[in-house]
Amino acid sequence: MSAVVSLRNVHKRFGSNQVLKGVSFDIPRGQVVAIIGQSGSGKSTALRCINRLEAIDEGSIQVCGHDLGGARVDLEQLRKDVGIVFQSYNLFPHLTVAHNITLALRHVRKLSRKASEERARAVLDTVGLLEKYDSYPEQLSGGQQQRVAIARSLAMEPQVMLFDEVTSALDPKLTGEVLKVIEKLAEGGMTMVLVTHEMAFARRVAHQIVFMHQGQVWETGGPEILVGPQTRELQDFIGNGL
Amino acid sequence: MDHFSSAQFLYLLKGLGWTLVLSALSFVLGSVAGFGVMLARLSRIGPVRVLAAVFIQGIQGIPLLVLLFVVYFGVGIFGIDVPPLAAAGIALMVYVSAFLGEIWRGSVESIEKTQWEAAECLGLSRWQSLLLVIIPQAIRLSLPATVGFLVQVIKSTSLASVVGFVELTRAGQIINNSLFQPFLVFALVGGFYFLLCFPLSKWSQAMERKLNVGRR
Repeated sequence: MSAVVSLRNVHKRFGSNQVLKGVSFDIPRGQVVAIIGQSGSGKSTALRCINRLEAIDEGSIQVCGHDLGGARVDLEQLRKDVGIVFQSYNLFPHLTVAHNITLALRHVRKLSRKASEERARAVLDTVGLLEKYDSYPEQLSGGQQQRVAIARSLAMEPQVMLFDEVTSALDPKLTGEVLKVIEKLAEGGMTMVLVTHEMAFARRVAHQIVFMHQGQVWETGGPEILVGPQTRELQDFIGNGL
Repeated sequence: MDHFSSAQFLYLLKGLGWTLVLSALSFVLGSVAGFGVMLARLSRIGPVRVLAAVFIQGIQGIPLLVLLFVVYFGVGIFGIDVPPLAAAGIALMVYVSAFLGEIWRGSVESIEKTQWEAAECLGLSRWQSLLLVIIPQAIRLSLPATVGFLVQVIKSTSLASVVGFVELTRAGQIINNSLFQPFLVFALVGGFYFLLCFPLSKWSQAMERKLNVGRR
């Protein structure tokens, strides 16, 4: 199994604040990796480094054959291979759901209007929101907006999808509907990295858990580490988290 | 001494027409130039940004009247005869571009950074992000301030009277010179300005209210 994403000894500072202190992990194709940890442990930063929203200071990152450690990165190609979904959805409020999805298909992928609209219908069907095709984001609930954001990212047919605390702004019911969509993608074999606080979900869906603490990978392993953690820090974290 | 007649009223209306022409001309040209100023202020090239900032600060720090004199008399020194309409149009265009450029830059920068990020992550280039995602949202945000500034421009066109351009204020002066009924004449002139500006101000306020409701 080849690794789609591979981090080696990644360091990242913001000013004098050392956020990542030598992070290494691999994400094999078709697997779901959940990154967990306290706020400020560097998990979101690690995720943002994977699609170069943040440039790293040291170490190396390989993503779908792109080397993000070097000075020259083909951002255009990287962004085609990596999709990301944010905590705050970040839909474009001035565009309908359909146009949110077709915008990049038309202007980046250069698909025809017909082809991009077909693709939009297909991905909206996947997330169960086909009937919202002509709605504006403000007319949707938070959970629906997040599902549209997932559909928008999915439409670009990325090789790996990143989820940055995508349910943190949602109530339990809406969280459930978003997680269901993510689980469906996981069953479909999509390679995914989830930064999440949903421990039960991580345990059920993830193939691998990465527990980050103080800018380092503190403990990693299969979902079973959530039941029998090896380090005291993970023990504490789970104790607090449940 | 004559009395105020319909001929004089028509003369005022003609002046009103020229006020509208000058306002529209300077606003349209100023918008185009202002868009350029905004782009320059947002440029990733440092010197371009600085140059635009200097231009904006410079123009905002000079009275429009002085700007008018520079264009009308200053350029005249080089033997180029500038007609009053052109001089007023150019001076106002420069003036408008500096203010609109700054208003619009503010709107663009008030769009959340996460919108840029989302666009970038979908593979849109900086230009595509700006034109397809950021500016459409910024326009909506800037509309109240832009229309509010249009009101300022309409009133500012009265300064063009000093270079001999016969717009509404100048027409009033000319009529008053023969009638010497300043209160009547200038009250009328003021009334006309008010009729132009008041609906625009109201429109601007209504848009602002709507925007605030939408963002709450």
